[in-house]
Amino acid sequence: MALLEVNDLHVEFTTYGGIVHAVRGVDFAVDEGETLAIVGESGCGKSVTMQSIMGLIPMPPGRITKGTALLQGHDIIQNKIIDGRDIRGNFVGMIFQDPMSSLNPTMTIGAQIAEPLEVHRGYSHRDAMKRAVELLDLVQIPEAAKRSRQYPFEFSGGMLQRSMIAMAIACEPLVLIADEPSTALDVTIQAQILDLVESIQRETGMAIVLITHDLGVVARLADTVTVMYAGEVMEAGSVDDVFYRSAHPYTLGLKEAMPTNQTGRTRQLKPIDGTPPDLFAPPEGCAYAARCPHAMEVCLDHNPDPFAIHDEHRTKCWLHHEDCDVEAEGLFQAA
Amino acid sequence: MTDSLLETQNLTKHFRLGPDALVQAVDDISLSIAPKEILGLVGESGSGKSTFGKTVIGLHPKTSGSVLFNGEQLPEAYQAADFQRYANQMQMIFQDPYSSLNPRMTVGEIIGEGLFLHSDLRRSEINEQVADWLRKVGLNTDHMSRYPHEFSGGQRQRIGIARALILSPEFVVCDEPISALDVSVQAQVVNLLGELKESMGLTLLFIAHDLSMVRYVSDRIAVMYLGSMIEIGRSDDVFFNPQHPYTQLLIGSNPEPDPEHERTRSAVSIPGEIPSPVNIPPGCRFASRCPHAMDVCREQTPTLRLLSDIGEEHHVACHLFDEATTPAGSA
Repeated sequence: MALLEVNDLHVEFTTYGGIVHAVRGVDFAVDEGETLAIVGESGCGKSVTMQSIMGLIPMPPGRITKGTALLQGHDIIQNKIIDGRDIRGNFVGMIFQDPMSSLNPTMTIGAQIAEPLEVHRGYSHRDAMKRAVELLDLVQIPEAAKRSRQYPFEFSGGMLQRSMIAMAIACEPLVLIADEPSTALDVTIQAQILDLVESIQRETGMAIVLITHDLGVVARLADTVTVMYAGEVMEAGSVDDVFYRSAHPYTLGLKEAMPTNQTGRTRQLKPIDGTPPDLFAPPEGCAYAARCPHAMEVCLDHNPDPFAIHDEHRTKCWLHHEDCDVEAEGLFQAA
Repeated sequence: MTDSLLETQNLTKHFRLGPDALVQAVDDISLSIAPKEILGLVGESGSGKSTFGKTVIGLHPKTSGSVLFNGEQLPEAYQAADFQRYANQMQMIFQDPYSSLNPRMTVGEIIGEGLFLHSDLRRSEINEQVADWLRKVGLNTDHMSRYPHEFSGGQRQRIGIARALILSPEFVVCDEPISALDVSVQAQVVNLLGELKESMGLTLLFIAHDLSMVRYVSDRIAVMYLGSMIEIGRSDDVFFNPQHPYTQLLIGSNPEPDPEHERTRSAVSIPGEIPSPVNIPPGCRFASRCPHAMDVCREQTPTLRLLSDIGEEHHVACHLFDEATTPAGSA
């Protein structure tokens, strides 16, 4: 049994315009010490997936219509309390994309890091503040004691993200959910933050669920990858499978739309034409069919089930059906 | 120099925050851009790259230095008549496709406004051209009567491009035109810019922080740090053979979408962050973070030097190269 296991998750939002089917049958699992990356473009449902599991989306308008999420076998959708303790901030820590707006501007950094320790672990305020300084030191903030008495506006973006990490790991969580942790940061600061997250994981053995749109960050940190599109998982597997043996035209499209770092401009950028489907009325068939260069008739009418390519590598694409004899260029085909 | 379309000479832009606080946003930058060239300008937030672009085009008055366009010196601070005069020649595409379009104007009005102000065309003729441009940037002509909020980020950026290019400018400053867009849409916009550049013979200053995209797009790359230009050269030279320690850090920090490469790469991250641009101390601006900093780096500001044995046109401002080279001007 995996540490965190999500099965067939469906999330909807009721709006004036109708019901948005934001997440439509997402599965993934992550183990201790492992990093899972959920990749996809804006609006694919990657953030909503994690936020709904954590109970961070207001319900209504949001609603989990189907699916389970098991943390060490406990169903955390039904019950956020394990052994009398709320899982959030305790067994599961979260860091968000925009550190500027996710911290409380009226509390000192130290008090914000101390808060989960007081709430979840029964620390006295004095002990929690002492621990907060140690945590700031751990995330490599210079002059941690002095810094802990300052407010968020006195910190740079990189230091705020370090503080967020300190807060998220304060209670030594089993799982760290990192939602675009480095997107708002400059590339040299991003490198520092990714190094930091990696070294903390090595020490604590926590699992990481990394939500990002940046394939470079995925390649840098992830062990396994789940590619999402229009609320569904298009392809999942080890990082090497997904990057080097891409089995879904969408994964391939994402890779070809990015410049590579090889010498010379040997290759034109290949954009993915069109836009993602309207999730008020998701298409009957494969969600990617309208943009897919290899779309067949069956793709427009029938949504494929995931096909296993080998081991953990699976993809939701008719091209991998045993009766399909179309060879798509660049696409990995199971032997 | 006659072979440059646009040339900046010691261009400087300072902002005074108070009696004791001076932001040296852009300091003493001299570069030239050849006709039909794409010059990529990279740097972190706060490096002054956007301020440079805006100062070049006249959106900020210059503190000192000058900008020559087709050999003609541009005014120090633009008056209304100057904008009127240069709008046909120089335009800008902005970073944020959400805040750079007036939400109360229709797309047709936004794109056509330049022609309305700067030409004698009748309304119907303007509309024809607007429709033409909508098609050129891959939108529909019936989008003309819609408002910006009805469009996605990529579509809005296309509207911004049409607005900038409808006056057929020679020179366009693109200020992070793709940063706000998704990967698959970035490629659409980059390819569109490339096609228009070819068909219209545009010269571009392409400002961005995404290094692999800048290398892909540009002929040459200039790197800025804290207001000064520290390295400039041909794209592949700068990208694959960076000489300045900061450029090396910047390029080394860029994660590549290649797991094998990422596993085997050597650690590159350097502690520290870009310092405040207020009251910058003398010397090299990167000295406080540089792993190779020497005494001279904290005292003297290095000047750009030509590294002739590394690549034609490859210039670096770093004291590590003091002995091996001659200053750029005398080469």
